[in-house]
Amino acid sequence: MPPTSTHDLIVVGGGLIGSAIAWGASRAGADVILLDEGDVAFRAARGNFGLIWLQGKGVGKPPYMRWSLQAGHLWREFATLLVEETGIDIGWSQPGGLQFCFSEADIEKCRRIEAETRTDGGDIAITVMDRAGVEALVPAIGPEVIGGAYSTLDSHVSPLYLLRALQQGLQARGGHYWSAAPATAVRRDQGAFAVETPRGRVAGKRIVIAAGLGAAKLAPEVGLAMPVRPERGQIVVTERVKPFFPYVGSGVRQTVEGSFLIGSSHEEAGFSEATDVSTGAALCASAIRAFPQLAEVGVVRSWGSLRVMTPDGMPIYEESERCPGAYSATCHSGVTLCSAHALILGPALAAGTLPEAVSYFRSDRFDVQAH
Amino acid sequence: MFRRIDGGDNGTAGALSFDGQAIPFRAGDTVAAALLAAGVADVRDNPVDGSRRAPYCMMGVCFECLVEIDGRQNQQACLVAAKPGMRIRRQAGARLLPEGAL
Repeated sequence: MPPTSTHDLIVVGGGLIGSAIAWGASRAGADVILLDEGDVAFRAARGNFGLIWLQGKGVGKPPYMRWSLQAGHLWREFATLLVEETGIDIGWSQPGGLQFCFSEADIEKCRRIEAETRTDGGDIAITVMDRAGVEALVPAIGPEVIGGAYSTLDSHVSPLYLLRALQQGLQARGGHYWSAAPATAVRRDQGAFAVETPRGRVAGKRIVIAAGLGAAKLAPEVGLAMPVRPERGQIVVTERVKPFFPYVGSGVRQTVEGSFLIGSSHEEAGFSEATDVSTGAALCASAIRAFPQLAEVGVVRSWGSLRVMTPDGMPIYEESERCPGAYSATCHSGVTLCSAHALILGPALAAGTLPEAVSYFRSDRFDVQAH
Repeated sequence: MFRRIDGGDNGTAGALSFDGQAIPFRAGDTVAAALLAAGVADVRDNPVDGSRRAPYCMMGVCFECLVEIDGRQNQQACLVAAKPGMRIRRQAGARLLPEGAL
């Protein structure tokens, strides 16, 4: 198939990062095409926990903390815009997040996070509390909980509806969405970019590689480095029970429908998305420490999914020096950062720039220094 | 609504109760099969929108057939063998913890 028109921006990768950028760039007036491998892809967008968790994020890494908190503060505006535009209820709510503490060491860690966040000027209030404080918020907590930390900024969302809304929103604005269209080759061609897919060739003035774990191989073709590896997380889902936990927890949350989501593990398992009983049991055991009544509740399913991890766990956003107009975008927090990707990064890429807020996240920070 | 394939009656293996109504069953029936064969049209109210739901997949996958069995809520009626004297109740919305808090 010959290339049709030359688009303003090609987005390679139809996960949460690519879809957010595509929707955001489209809102800024760009003619965007989003290339999606489809549900056969490794899909962190479909496997994740749906948490927008800000307390403690980026502690000791101020640029990451600032970018994450900026995203956190943008979520209300972002969710409102997306729901208004698409009519899809993405299930976002911001009840605030609770980190449960089971030991003095846990409480000490929360105090340290709170203090470091304040020292670094983080725009987030974290309240470290004793058991009575936690119990006042959640009477149902178990006897082993001796304290906790609470932040009003933390929230949660249905990642499935979020992804669908972004892709549908893009198309409603006249943007192009191709499924079953993994990029098999990317190259610069006479000042523009060309992407080969099984559905044909696509041409664009600019391109962003947001292909998750597939980016490692694709990015070098346009002079970008995206050294990402998979880290598996398993999640356990319970039957629906009458809601009794109206906040979000770091490893346990109750959906609006009543299911508990319990997560998630951090495993080196290569590209395996498999689950195992011992990991699921360990996840359940820690959830039961917070809420002993969950011991009675049935598990209805579990799954494994792959995080997209960079060497230091922080995102990569960069413009290629060899092929200007080609950009990279990857991180393991596609949900938390989704608002910033949609409202800041997408419009910036539509204009051919990178926002100042992400200038720290170049890939050359991974280069070994030769002395 | 449903008929047995052999056209026969619902048997004499025993009876369970559904919200107080006696439901006869055949040996080998699941709770869901017995309820459907007895003409029960729906067994629970969906916890999200309150709509009435009935057994659907009959193989443990869809969770549409949830009922309370002998005081235990959210049981999959299609996976539990019918036994004489079982007390089945309609599952009204989400399961309550702790049980019996109604």
